[in-house]
Amino acid sequence: MPDISMERIEKGFRIMPNWEDRYRFLVQLGRKLEPLEDDLKVEVNRVRGCASNVWLVPELSDDDPPRMSFRADSDAHIVKGLVALLMVIYSGRTPEEIRELDALEILERLDLQAHLSPSRSNGLFAMVERIRALASAATRREANP
Amino acid sequence: MLETAAGATPLDVERLRRDFPVLDQEVNGRPLVYLDNAATSQKPVQVIEAIEAYYRSDNANVHRGIHELSRRATELYEGARKTVARYLGGVDPEEVIWTRGTTEAINLVAASWGGANLTEGDEILLSVMEHHSNLVPWQLVAERTGAQLRYLELNDDGTLRLDDLDGLLGERTRIVALTQVSNSLGTINPITEIARRVHDAGALLLVDGAQGAAHHGVDLTSLGADFYAFSGHKMCGPTGVGALWGRRELLESMPPWQGGGEMISLVERDHSTYAPIPHKFEAGTPNIAGAVGLAAAVEYLEQIGPAAILAHEQDLTRYAMERLQTLPAIRVFGPEDPSMRAGVVSFVLGDAHPHDISTILDSEGIAIRAGHHCTQLVMKHYGVSATARASFYLYNTRDEVDRLMDGLATVHSIFA
Repeated sequence: MPDISMERIEKGFRIMPNWEDRYRFLVQLGRKLEPLEDDLKVEVNRVRGCASNVWLVPELSDDDPPRMSFRADSDAHIVKGLVALLMVIYSGRTPEEIRELDALEILERLDLQAHLSPSRSNGLFAMVERIRALASAATRREANP
Repeated sequence: MLETAAGATPLDVERLRRDFPVLDQEVNGRPLVYLDNAATSQKPVQVIEAIEAYYRSDNANVHRGIHELSRRATELYEGARKTVARYLGGVDPEEVIWTRGTTEAINLVAASWGGANLTEGDEILLSVMEHHSNLVPWQLVAERTGAQLRYLELNDDGTLRLDDLDGLLGERTRIVALTQVSNSLGTINPITEIARRVHDAGALLLVDGAQGAAHHGVDLTSLGADFYAFSGHKMCGPTGVGALWGRRELLESMPPWQGGGEMISLVERDHSTYAPIPHKFEAGTPNIAGAVGLAAAVEYLEQIGPAAILAHEQDLTRYAMERLQTLPAIRVFGPEDPSMRAGVVSFVLGDAHPHDISTILDSEGIAIRAGHHCTQLVMKHYGVSATARASFYLYNTRDEVDRLMDGLATVHSIFA
């Protein structure tokens, strides 16, 4: 996960009025993600609904309650930056917290609405759905170990 | 042979642009630059108004209606077929079958002709340059009949390896299905020469004209094809309409593809007899408004002249290729000689994924396409997963190519 806080990202976006700078910022954010090994870039980890390839691998800690983190990668850099943003938002939270978190509201604060509609092929919406589904699955596993 | 159209009268692009209402808008605060024409073209007001006028004044179901509106709708619908036949070089209108587009036209031939004529061990020759819609229908019929698929490979310059053609044409080759113009590389294939060799080997030739009919123009009386498939929406016409042209004796020998109204002569309890061509292949109420719109598009293109359109596209292509070569880390695919291309330029730029390029250009109001362009075999040949593709049409300008270049400079600076 990129070592940067949501507060810093929001501040960064506020002082960058034009999209060119924001895209540059997202590309750099994406580069902070550790690349996924090829054997994890498989169909089961691929997020459907993205025009470029996005892979998302959930990890569950041994804490009580367990906390979720994610590893992710994309072959497109801006999309990878958007994925990194989601990692910052979601990683280190419990499945319960993830299900209750309104990531779309946070993304709207960043003026990323243009990227949010389900028909956008960058798949940000699909990634949020996938993360929430993974959190639900983790909750079910906890309830029925 | 290549129709390079040098010497055609230059287009009055500024005047033509006023015919296309959609071009007059801002996207993300900038004037729209539409360079995704190989996917679909924009529609002139002449086409929009023809469709509207049909629905406002003449709409009825075609054929057999014994009333005034049905007579008018039938006249417009069958008149549109004649207009398309004229555009295809003056072929017999009865050899023109309306379809939803190129894809359906190819599926019709693969299912009907292929189903009736292919047997185990027969060969279908394709090329790795084909759009998926000229591959998958053949894969389906090969699975059903036991026929084998063979492939003509690509040279690295984006042309077909025609030296291999005679070797690939065997005595079991029944049909060859090739594109006139590559949608991902822009390559114009020498169809007439290929047709001669295919026919010498005793096989048939289907030509995918999805790009060719729009960006190149076509004369089927001299092209040498046995079947020709194309779509209206890439040539200023509406979506959901296109046509299959086939030689009369082939079409007459083929069984119907879909059953329903319009395509029958007599229906008994356990069998039917079928209408003559073209209606044998047109089951159900057809896309009448679509045919009317496509005829208006054809008339629009005829007025401008296909040769002038191709010359204009090739001028923009030449200009774009010259300017692209000045970018560091650019890789342009397809023939280097712009006269061997229609108005399509595919490229990758350094470390940027084509989706990144398209996203950044979109934020500057520029529409291109990024992806495999339904040609995964071409992507495989070049070892890339996707390319960025700019494609030009009669209403594009050199200023728009400059806007594209400015956008790509931004892409370069973001990834530098």
